[in-house]
Amino acid sequence: MVYESKLLQWSANVILGLFAAACLIPFALLVVSSLSSEASIIQNGYSFFPTEFSLDAYHYLWTHVGELGRAYGITILITAVGTVVSLAISSMLAYPLSRHDMPLKSFWTFFVFFTMLFNGGLVPTYMVYTQLFDIKNTLFGLLIPGLLMNGFNVLLVRTFFMTSIPSALIEAASIDGASEIKTFYRIVLPLSLPIMATIGLFQAIAYWNDWFNGLIYLTDARLFGIQTILNKMMTDIQFLTSNSNLASTGAGQAIMELPSTTVRMAIAAIGVLPILIAYPFFQKYFVRGITIGAVK
Amino acid sequence: MTRRSGLKRFRKYSPLYLLMLPGILYLIINNYAPMFGMFIAFKNINFSAGIFDSDWVGFKNFEYLFKTTDAFIITRNTILYNAAFIVIGTVLSIAVAILLNEIRVKLLSRFYQSVIVLPHLISFVVVGYLVYAALSFETGFMNKTILPLMGVESISWYTEPKYWPIILTVVQLWKSVGFSCIIFLASIISIDPEYYEAATLDGASKWRQIRSITIPLITPVIIMLTLLSIGRMFYSDFGLFYQVPMNSGMLNDTTNVIDTYVYRSLMIMGDIGMASAAGVYQSIVGFVLVLSANYIVRKFNRENALF
Repeated sequence: MVYESKLLQWSANVILGLFAAACLIPFALLVVSSLSSEASIIQNGYSFFPTEFSLDAYHYLWTHVGELGRAYGITILITAVGTVVSLAISSMLAYPLSRHDMPLKSFWTFFVFFTMLFNGGLVPTYMVYTQLFDIKNTLFGLLIPGLLMNGFNVLLVRTFFMTSIPSALIEAASIDGASEIKTFYRIVLPLSLPIMATIGLFQAIAYWNDWFNGLIYLTDARLFGIQTILNKMMTDIQFLTSNSNLASTGAGQAIMELPSTTVRMAIAAIGVLPILIAYPFFQKYFVRGITIGAVK
Repeated sequence: MTRRSGLKRFRKYSPLYLLMLPGILYLIINNYAPMFGMFIAFKNINFSAGIFDSDWVGFKNFEYLFKTTDAFIITRNTILYNAAFIVIGTVLSIAVAILLNEIRVKLLSRFYQSVIVLPHLISFVVVGYLVYAALSFETGFMNKTILPLMGVESISWYTEPKYWPIILTVVQLWKSVGFSCIIFLASIISIDPEYYEAATLDGASKWRQIRSITIPLITPVIIMLTLLSIGRMFYSDFGLFYQVPMNSGMLNDTTNVIDTYVYRSLMIMGDIGMASAAGVYQSIVGFVLVLSANYIVRKFNRENALF
């Protein structure tokens, strides 16, 4: 028995250790190659042990701090505003749906739920936002389509309100003469920190990582966030690889001469860095959040 | 009398409606308006006439779509990839969750849990970069370091469709298994420890306990999650199929799915007819799949059904 459990412990640790390594190592490759010299990557390829280290890529970023700082600023702004607005409108919609005395409650719940079952797809969505609301090349194009609120989050919050906030508390507030809105933000919201943290994290990550809205609603480079820039730089590599005969001509040469490989990696690194730094702090909420989602 | 009480009710609950208003407006714009916009698929869009005044063409757009080989390829790819992700992903996630649950050193367990969720937190653009660092022809880690060690010639990954089913599956599992295993872990943790104590007293081995206690008790969760993903089978993660193969046209045979097809037809070819027909096809079949999946869940266990 003892032998068996020892063996199990060891093998579990070995397997999980390997899996954890597989999850971490690509990030290491990303950071190491952003710190390598362009020449060593061209010669030896991406490597964990480059022949030559260099801060050129970060120096290049520093000289372009204007454009990149702007993109970073846009990403931060959109993430902050998006997360706050999303939390506000999701919880404001979820609270009445959690009240058992709310008239037409089941109609509105279904109204929210149905959006999870059926959707119009990309083409009509794109048409609505570009033809009806003219959202193209505005910051609203990054903020509003698709990401701002979703039925799943609303129902998650509603379930939390229903199960974790005693209805006696709400009745008591109402007897004491608190208005509905006051009850909501003075009593219900302060008790809802766990679910707010969870949804907030989901939303913040979704906004931080979003490149799709940038891809379809933006052509103006001044509005690009960090992920959209990364995406555009990727398109440039693809342009190079699919026109390999171009690389020998002058135009290809000019593109090749940028410290492009390491710079791309450096931008990718600063794109994921905030998440990697913040993650340990919100990890406990995150795992709890998934769990709340799991128990529905 | 009823009118008066109706008015009173309205006044009592109007603050609640006020709270709901922004959210409902958003759902109308973002979700409901596009549903009604699906009629675009039945029109021959002519921008000078405007969407509403363009000619109705009935099912012409669908006819064109299903006459191409594209329709077959994107449907096949979408379904096969999702099937692979569901089967392999579920098995791996459960295996990892069971192993995680066996780790007795708290600190290690926490460390594993944190690290394996990391890939889930980064965008597919960055994943695309990581894959490129591994697979680039001239500078990739595979061609420069791994393949020479095994004495194999360099491979031009981004022009060879045949490797992509495996690459995309590996990338998808790398990104998602850590996250979904936490869900299974949550339900394993909530199993009453008395079952295991009793089993240990009866002399059941660990393997036996996993087979006869853990798996059966988390089966409802497994069934529910599987059926949910079957309901989503006509949708794919756009990022995976667009960013990871770097939108390379040469790989379309094995990387094109309905989502990337709709995007390309709309944004690159400007073929709104084809794009919206494919989108409607996806929405309708997707909806039917959700309903059938839910119907099956209800048959198994009413509790676990979505609705």
